Amino acid sequence: MNTILIAALVCGVIALVSGLVIGVASKLFAVPSDPRVDLVIGLLPGANCGGCGKAGCADFAKSVVAGENPPNKCPVSSAEQISAIAHALGIEAGSSFKQVAVVLCGGDLNQARQHTLYNGVYDCVSAAMVAGGPKSCSYGCFGMGSCARSCPFGAIEIINNLAVVHPEVCVGCGTCVATCPRHLIKLVPAEAKVHIFCSSPLKGPEKKKVCSVPCLGCRKCVKAGAEGQFTVEGVKVSVNYDTGENGLPGEDVVAAAGCPTGCLMTVAKHLETEYAELAEAKKETENGRK
Amino acid sequence: METNYLELTIGAVLVYNFVLSRFLGICPFLGVSKRLDTALGMGGAVVFVMTIASCATALIYRYVTTSVKIFGYAADLGFLQITLFILVIAALVQIVEVILQKFSPPLYKALGIYLPLITTNCAVMGAATINAGIDRGVWPATLFGMFSGVGFALALLIFSGLRERLELSQIPRPFQGMAIALITAGILSMAFLGFSGIC
Repeated sequence: MNTILIAALVCGVIALVSGLVIGVASKLFAVPSDPRVDLVIGLLPGANCGGCGKAGCADFAKSVVAGENPPNKCPVSSAEQISAIAHALGIEAGSSFKQVAVVLCGGDLNQARQHTLYNGVYDCVSAAMVAGGPKSCSYGCFGMGSCARSCPFGAIEIINNLAVVHPEVCVGCGTCVATCPRHLIKLVPAEAKVHIFCSSPLKGPEKKKVCSVPCLGCRKCVKAGAEGQFTVEGVKVSVNYDTGENGLPGEDVVAAAGCPTGCLMTVAKHLETEYAELAEAKKETENGRK
Repeated sequence: METNYLELTIGAVLVYNFVLSRFLGICPFLGVSKRLDTALGMGGAVVFVMTIASCATALIYRYVTTSVKIFGYAADLGFLQITLFILVIAALVQIVEVILQKFSPPLYKALGIYLPLITTNCAVMGAATINAGIDRGVWPATLFGMFSGVGFALALLIFSGLRERLELSQIPRPFQGMAIALITAGILSMAFLGFSGIC
């Protein structure tokens, strides 16, 4: 019994003393901190993920208050949380918006020709160094997954030798953009659902020789869409992501345009076709085995 | 008891290295060793915390858990050892953090989040319990704590250098990431076991 009492007493006294000392020390040595920093810390998600490039949410809050970063640099916060922070500080939330990456190439294993057999290191950058790699189209995706390996969120999948971004997983950090030796990856607004999956600036017939889904530059989509939804550079047509008054092209434009090669399509449709082709290829190999 | 300073210093750094021979504090060893500069910050913080924690726990051990007498009643509080150690280390680190923030903002910034992070790291606790286990005096215990911290920092630095190299090398798919880090740590540990028997 004595031991229990003494133990409790000793623990209690030590805890009390250290508590008192901490309390006194924090009062005595208090560093006047900006109350706005605490306010912003309270509004941040507190995940301390480091996605903003700062060492934790507290550090990020400091930089926001100091005006070094806009509140929307936090990839975890929702739009409401960001606007709450901006409102609390009386500043702009930041002009940029949620972005996702997209690989602007639709020429997978079945659609794009390969003119050589590449046997080297399985990496896009290495392949690009060896006479431009195996693909006949010198503007196409290698599908060797340099971008997929670099993605910290696992948002890029290689389907049929083609890199495809899953927009619902992608946070728009932009890590993959620099890894692509062909510069096919682009950060686009998350609302952009329709893309032209071709980045080759070559003339239509030249592209048609090496790929069955190129952008031929027929401009059907330009006519179908509203003013300013597409941009034309030479032969290549691409979606104009700098939203003007007409906004981004939607699914109705895809239907109206009737793209002859089908390189104008929605992300969802793109994924769907790739998976369908994958399933078909699997079936074929199974049949072959039988 | 005659203190063997060679064992306390060289022994704590190399022979009985906390990470590579005693396998304590593996979490920060793997977690904060990706880059050399963060490893340096963590190493500094560990040396700092281990030194003061060893000193404080040695005092607690000597004057509280082994010889306490209250109102004439003597009690053996050996079973309270771990509880008291955690309590004291945590409180001490908290106080040091507050004081550092006031008087040395650059140091506070350099140690950053690592200081509270390692409050009850098992390497810190390990140093305290090893000291208590072999009944070390306050001064040798403090010395041991400091050099154990140095050993930890050394292991962390070597390992972060290795991991920076690993980042650049071609690693077979199944070994990428943490797998190769763990294998490397194992080989590094084997290398350090070569020191065993020196003192």
